[in-house]
Amino acid sequence: MASDSDSDEDFVTYGTPLEPLEEDEPLKKPIPLHEQTVKDEKGRYKRFHGAFTGGFSAGYFNTVGSKEGWTPSTFVSSRQQKAEKHNARPEDFMDEEDFSEHGIAPREITTSQEFSSGHRDETREKARAVNAQAALIPGDTLLEELIAPAQSSIGVELLRKMGWREGQGVGPRVKRKPRRQQPDNSTKLYGCAMPPAGSEESEDDEEEFAPENVTFAPKDVTPVDFTPRLGLQGLGYSGLDPGLALLGQGASEHINLFNPQSETRGQLFGDKQKHTRRGGVAGQAFGVGALEDDDEDIYHRDSMSRYDTVLGGEEPGDGLYGWTAPQQYTKRKDKNKDALYLGKILEGFTLAQKPAEEKTIFPPPILPRDYRPVHHFRPVIQVSRLSGVSPALAEALKSSRGHMTKDEPQQEGRHQLDSGQRRTLLGEETLQGPTSVMELLRPEDRERLQNIRNSSNLPPTKTTTSQTSHEALRPAGMSAGPSALSGVMSSSVQQQQQQQQQQQQEALTMWRGVQTSSQTFKPFEKNPSKQARYELYLNRLKQGDKDALEQSLDLGMTEWERSREREEFVRASILYRPSSSSLSSRFTRAKHQEDEDTVEVNRDQEGDVDDKQAAVKMKMFGKLTRETFEWHPDKLLCKRFNVPDPYPGSGVVGLPKVKRDKFSVFNFLTMTENRATPAPPKPAESGKKSRWDVSGQTEDEEEKKDPLSELLSAARNQTTETKLDQTSSPAVSTSVSSVQPRDSKHESEEQPNQEKKKEGDEEADEEEEEESRPPMDLFKAIFASSSDEKSSSSEGESDEEDQKEVQERADALTPNLFNITPTSSVTSSTNTNTTSTATMSSQQKAVTSQTSHEEEVFGPKLPPPSSALNRGGATSTHSSSEEVEKEKHSKKNKDKKHKNKKEHKHKKEKKKKHKKHKHKGKQKKSKKEDESSSEDSDKDSEGERGPVSTEELLKRLKNVRSHQTW
Amino acid sequence: MAFPQPRPQAPQLPQHLLRTIDCQQGAVRAVRFNVDGNYLLSCGSDKSLKLWTVSRGTLLKTYSGHGYEVLDADGSYDNSQLCSCSSDKTVILWDVATGQVTRKLRGHAGKVNCVQFNEEATVILSGSIDGTVRCWDTRSRRFEPIQVLDEARDSISSLKVAQHELLTGSVDGRVRRYDLRMGQLHVDFIDSPITCVCFSQDGQCTLSSSLDSAVRLLDKSTGEMLGEYKGHKMKGYKLDCCLSSKDTHVLSCSEDGHVYCWDLVEGSLSLKLPVGKAVVQSLSFHPSETRLLTAMEGRVQVWGSEPEETMDDPTQT
Repeated sequence: MASDSDSDEDFVTYGTPLEPLEEDEPLKKPIPLHEQTVKDEKGRYKRFHGAFTGGFSAGYFNTVGSKEGWTPSTFVSSRQQKAEKHNARPEDFMDEEDFSEHGIAPREITTSQEFSSGHRDETREKARAVNAQAALIPGDTLLEELIAPAQSSIGVELLRKMGWREGQGVGPRVKRKPRRQQPDNSTKLYGCAMPPAGSEESEDDEEEFAPENVTFAPKDVTPVDFTPRLGLQGLGYSGLDPGLALLGQGASEHINLFNPQSETRGQLFGDKQKHTRRGGVAGQAFGVGALEDDDEDIYHRDSMSRYDTVLGGEEPGDGLYGWTAPQQYTKRKDKNKDALYLGKILEGFTLAQKPAEEKTIFPPPILPRDYRPVHHFRPVIQVSRLSGVSPALAEALKSSRGHMTKDEPQQEGRHQLDSGQRRTLLGEETLQGPTSVMELLRPEDRERLQNIRNSSNLPPTKTTTSQTSHEALRPAGMSAGPSALSGVMSSSVQQQQQQQQQQQQEALTMWRGVQTSSQTFKPFEKNPSKQARYELYLNRLKQGDKDALEQSLDLGMTEWERSREREEFVRASILYRPSSSSLSSRFTRAKHQEDEDTVEVNRDQEGDVDDKQAAVKMKMFGKLTRETFEWHPDKLLCKRFNVPDPYPGSGVVGLPKVKRDKFSVFNFLTMTENRATPAPPKPAESGKKSRWDVSGQTEDEEEKKDPLSELLSAARNQTTETKLDQTSSPAVSTSVSSVQPRDSKHESEEQPNQEKKKEGDEEADEEEEEESRPPMDLFKAIFASSSDEKSSSSEGESDEEDQKEVQERADALTPNLFNITPTSSVTSSTNTNTTSTATMSSQQKAVTSQTSHEEEVFGPKLPPPSSALNRGGATSTHSSSEEVEKEKHSKKNKDKKHKNKKEHKHKKEKKKKHKKHKHKGKQKKSKKEDESSSEDSDKDSEGERGPVSTEELLKRLKNVRSHQTW
Repeated sequence: MAFPQPRPQAPQLPQHLLRTIDCQQGAVRAVRFNVDGNYLLSCGSDKSLKLWTVSRGTLLKTYSGHGYEVLDADGSYDNSQLCSCSSDKTVILWDVATGQVTRKLRGHAGKVNCVQFNEEATVILSGSIDGTVRCWDTRSRRFEPIQVLDEARDSISSLKVAQHELLTGSVDGRVRRYDLRMGQLHVDFIDSPITCVCFSQDGQCTLSSSLDSAVRLLDKSTGEMLGEYKGHKMKGYKLDCCLSSKDTHVLSCSEDGHVYCWDLVEGSLSLKLPVGKAVVQSLSFHPSETRLLTAMEGRVQVWGSEPEETMDDPTQT
């Protein structure tokens, strides 16, 4: 087969050329037989076994073919894993080669019997029937056959109806020509093996004569298989047919590749029944079993007579051409033979007059030349994601993101429109009556609010109800669908213009004189030139330029663009109002955008505190009060403690956390819980909350994160006991003497000299609060904590001096019902101790003095250092005990103060300084403290002067809320 | 049964004043025995930490380096190191012999109330007013704590370590026990701010004093209350409580100038020790003998079961 390719001429080369012989190379010594090795396709050595079988060992050599060898697999059965019954299947004893393509049991998708041809089935069934005859019980398979359902396909059925019989070919009936060729076993064999066809031949053989007027059905033709040969096997090889091998029938067909006159055929018709095979593997690769006597064709003999000696010597015509017949055959067929071809026509069918139309296939459209197969999506802000954001801002963001959209502005769904916009769309008239909460207020209040808002430079986006945002919202809504609105109402256009004017004016007032050079917010960052224009506009605004807007716009733009930009600038300037420098200096911009809306929360939340408190009351410690959490110590900590890591491999340290939605309701609940716990209700000192707590709460309400949760927590903190107290509190507060005995013990220890020193403003506040008792119900309703415990206890003590003054003050302050903040609006009066009716106590003063430095202490207080005691000797006991009292109170408050500790820091530091002087002299100290406290109070009162109205409170609440939602 | 058996003979109580040490360091915030009870540490409000002998009351060393009053101290098992914590938010690891600062550990956000070595002095645990317990590694030179236990919602007032367990008392009214071996955190709700927590010597019970003027003995494993001891006054100050060395008695400071001593099992008041007129702030029971240290204002007093023969100089001025 090798072609000598010495010359450059193009020869067709078949096969693999041999290695060119090297002349000078010494000849390789052939490997002696005993050193030759055989490897399988995986490179493993194959050892030939078998004096008896001549086979090869497969799998585990010299074993039973399993990994375990002869050792049986141990019987294992446990409660979890029951021992399964293991039935050995034939596959268990097969090697993986057997499952391969040419193995005995290939694990491949093969045509199931349903889809295989019926003819084949027929022969098989017949074979089975024949086998059954030879079986021990004759006819048992025939019974099976009777029951077996028909499995012929619809095509076969149709053909049958048309007169076709099995074993015949399909096509017009032909006259049998005299046979030219002697029936010979030898078929032409070029290249590939011809299929073992030719059942007709055998019939033909028996056919002696052919009458002239008889037509015959064409011979059955097995179509030639054109599948390319992929394997490494030689020509004509086909592996074992597993069906044959396993069923034990038809195997000889396979073997007798070159003998088309199959023996099975003969068997079928009962000519000679040489072998009755009963299963067993047989094939080319296998030897003949011991039970088989026929081993003559193990080594099949080939003879030259089977091959053609002459090219093209045979003339065609006898048959083995089917639809692939050479042209001369197909040409010969006439059209009118079609009917013949078809046999009889089924009823209900007629011959087609015209041939079936050819399907016209249209080519795909030609792509334009500049087509790019990439789609570019425009970024879209989902309004729903900005749920916490005020609609005006969302609007602004939206329009600023897609810069100068020339295309249609986004058509919004009707859900995005507010009622006003829908109204204008529908052409309805505006409703009568107030549209805003603000309009419900009295005009003076509104004015005041307006002033406050203008003066305070808080971003207006946080007060959603404030007019600015309200107004900003309206044009925003209008801009939402200008196309829809265009030309609908000319009046709305006018209105719009008017509003724009108004807005510009507003922006001007806001920005005028603002000196913040560092402009932090850049709404048009995406579009630098636009941003530059915007900044120019802002600068002009700052200078108070009236037509800042017109000047800063680009004249090169179209009118429409300009108007749009105008609108955007005004809106942006209103929305992102400058914060005052003092305020803005406290904040830094976030380095990273926090885009996650989740917060890590402890996975296990603590149970209800109220239940536990009840349990503690009943002294039922144990299950009710005990909670156990999974806690992960650090690995190193375990190592240091010489303890194995309880959770090896867990990356968690501390309590396991879970991510939760930041703004979920549950989160808020836990937050209140958290807040509630730091200030547990104190059983110490009658277990009630003092008014100091309340004052502490309200005092910094503004700064506090969420007063609502605070209030909730306060309410929660109230155990039943305190609630009882609370209910009785108004009565208690007025009738002073009734409460007196409670703390009389402490009072007796009090020194009168102290009273003069310690007199804070807070005390006065306290008083004033007391006096403004009538609205207490409301107050309580809001703050839900009894605040008179302290006062009642203090009232119990007799101190004459302050009372009157307190009265006076209270009188002065009674109008300010909501002035809960203790330090506001009170100026300290150290020396105004004049007379008193009854109940101002030294203890109270002690309290007030303590409040001055209580802010610095959290948690249980440390006892006084009593350096004075050490030095002062005799007087020490009294002072110390008094101090004890003081500190006790201070301590009480501390825990609550604690919550608001942050904002007291500056005060604290001041206090610390004062404290340093403490050791030097008591008198001095107290004086200083008075001063400091008064300073503090002044400072506080500066912060918020005047009465706090409900509106103000509401506003603050809203502020805080909006802070939160941000 | 979680109750330790009382000793057959009548337990002795530290009812005799052996000596008074005037520490000259402002108020004594805490007084602690060392590991074997031969020395004592006093934490002064004048930023100093002093080491004394118990037997004679002599000052051995003054450790200065804190920036504010020292609030708690502990000695290592081998007496080679001390740790102390202070209002200046730091924890300092001292070398006993040289008196030098070995390490100054910063990280707490507020004053540090309590500090403890673990058993092998490999970790310092400190509890602070910022509500966290920080575990500092004494072996490495890292400045960050190994772990921060921030489960408490309020100031940590007291903290004890026993073997693999860490007990913390917090002002949020909860006693937390971190079990390192089991990897569990047990929270006992007491409701009132906790001032001091202790393990019993047998490790089966926890003792916690709270601001509702009660000392409670809880079963460690279940959290059930085994005893409640009342009568003293603890309403505002962070005062100590402890168990006697044999777990026979419960002792607690009081704001009325006494140390109250209850029988552990019966819960009856067995001794009301008058210490002084001010608040008894701190106390420490000898690890093995019947000896008690109390701190009131600027003085430390040593109490024993029977009076010493030779009362040399009880106070040195």
